[in-house]
Amino acid sequence: MRTKLVFVALLAFMVSPALSFGAGTVSGKITYTGTPAKQKPIDMSKEPSCAKQHTTPVTTETVVTGANNTLANVVVYISAGAPDESSAPAQAVTFTQKGCQYIPHVLAMHTGQELKVVNADQTSHNIHPLAKINREWNKSQPPGTPPLSEKFDKEEFVPVKCNVHPWMHGYFAVLKTSHYAISSDNGTFSLPNLPPGKYTITAWQEDYGTQTQDVTISGSETKNVDFTFKAKPY
Amino acid sequence: MGKLFAVIVFVIALLSAIPIITHSWFGSGISFALPEDISTHGHAIDDQLSDTMVEAGLSFLAAQFVLAFFVWKFSNRQANAEIKTFPGGAKGLVIAALVLVGTEMLALGILGQKAWAAVYFTPAKPDAIQVQAQAGQFAFYFRYPGADGKFGALHPDKIDEGNSNFFGLDPANDVDSRDDIVTGELAIPINREVHLMMHAKDVGHSFYVRELRIQQDFVPGLDLSVHFTATKVGKYEIVCTQLCGLGHYNMKAYLNVLSQEDFDAWMKQKASEQ
Repeated sequence: MRTKLVFVALLAFMVSPALSFGAGTVSGKITYTGTPAKQKPIDMSKEPSCAKQHTTPVTTETVVTGANNTLANVVVYISAGAPDESSAPAQAVTFTQKGCQYIPHVLAMHTGQELKVVNADQTSHNIHPLAKINREWNKSQPPGTPPLSEKFDKEEFVPVKCNVHPWMHGYFAVLKTSHYAISSDNGTFSLPNLPPGKYTITAWQEDYGTQTQDVTISGSETKNVDFTFKAKPY
Repeated sequence: MGKLFAVIVFVIALLSAIPIITHSWFGSGISFALPEDISTHGHAIDDQLSDTMVEAGLSFLAAQFVLAFFVWKFSNRQANAEIKTFPGGAKGLVIAALVLVGTEMLALGILGQKAWAAVYFTPAKPDAIQVQAQAGQFAFYFRYPGADGKFGALHPDKIDEGNSNFFGLDPANDVDSRDDIVTGELAIPINREVHLMMHAKDVGHSFYVRELRIQQDFVPGLDLSVHFTATKVGKYEIVCTQLCGLGHYNMKAYLNVLSQEDFDAWMKQKASEQ
């Protein structure tokens, strides 16, 4: 165990200067214009074990906004120009079912990366990613079940629903790159460690679709790329 | 040995009748009685249920006692004793039994038709509150027409559960649907008739509220309706009683009977949330 740790530390020490040398960053902010749809309240009264976990009313999360017209939960990633990455990160990403909601609402992962699905609730869930390009599956997960382990092989934005609780909804963003970010509550994102080159940056919002911008990185500069989506009232 | 068996049959019949008559299991809190009726039509259903129980119970006891009597009477029959035909044949007895059972069934049917027709063969009053109920795996959702009193049209292709659009409304193009109120609980005012229009989103389901004495299936492809008036404020469970899939055990909602003022406030609150 210790030798493994030392090895990992050594590896990190060797790799980190290589990455930071001449590595640029793309950062920016996601905003919207217009009036976004009002998010609807979610009635969980049929599932008391979940309802009691929420002290404030729970709403849908198709459009999550912040102050100054910013948009959260937007997936920003390098859709073209990224150095080839044949292998997925070894670390798994985790998707948690808690209080009859998906946390996070939008989860990005690399193709082939391990996905762990956790049920932290006292009720059964049935996770059902509605994949069209990947293989579609659904798995039942009673309370206390150990995390499920899955992976997706192809790039796709997969809507996820729970077959038991109709209001539970989320997304998997399965990408061919590990250069991705999900905009924070104040709409910001950052894609670090980009070697010099020409890139296409794509921003995806579950209700508003995708937008792309091209950017050229030279040296270790930080380029600002902002996206603005047109909001729909309904 | 045969006589002992006859006594056992007699005792079992008597014992099994006791919990039915007393509506509870001895020495425990298990009650078989229906909960208090909170509807205007429920007493007819309850009368019908007790009539059926009394008639079926008496027939059951009579049959068991006759069985025990024959077991007692013929328990000493020798193994090689001759089996005699019934004196004069059993034709008369069979006809009598058929007439008796037939009359009983017919009487129950004719009497019960009244209770049933009160809900199913009469239309709801014009001023009844209109509520639409949709059953889908594995939850009930309810829709009120909102301030304009009109339900927006349904577009199944617009159903988007992640966006709480369970009914498939199209508020972008359909003005009627914009003020429709969609909820997960069925709130109704006390002492006002409710016209519940029911449809299934996917498979067969059922709407059952014990206190209302209403149990009506949702059938895919059919628009069914029931109407009822609740007479007691309270929160009651609506359960699905038609096996509909993996989450069936968990498919429920609540019926919330409110005073008129509370109902108006509830409606206002829900309208502001839409």
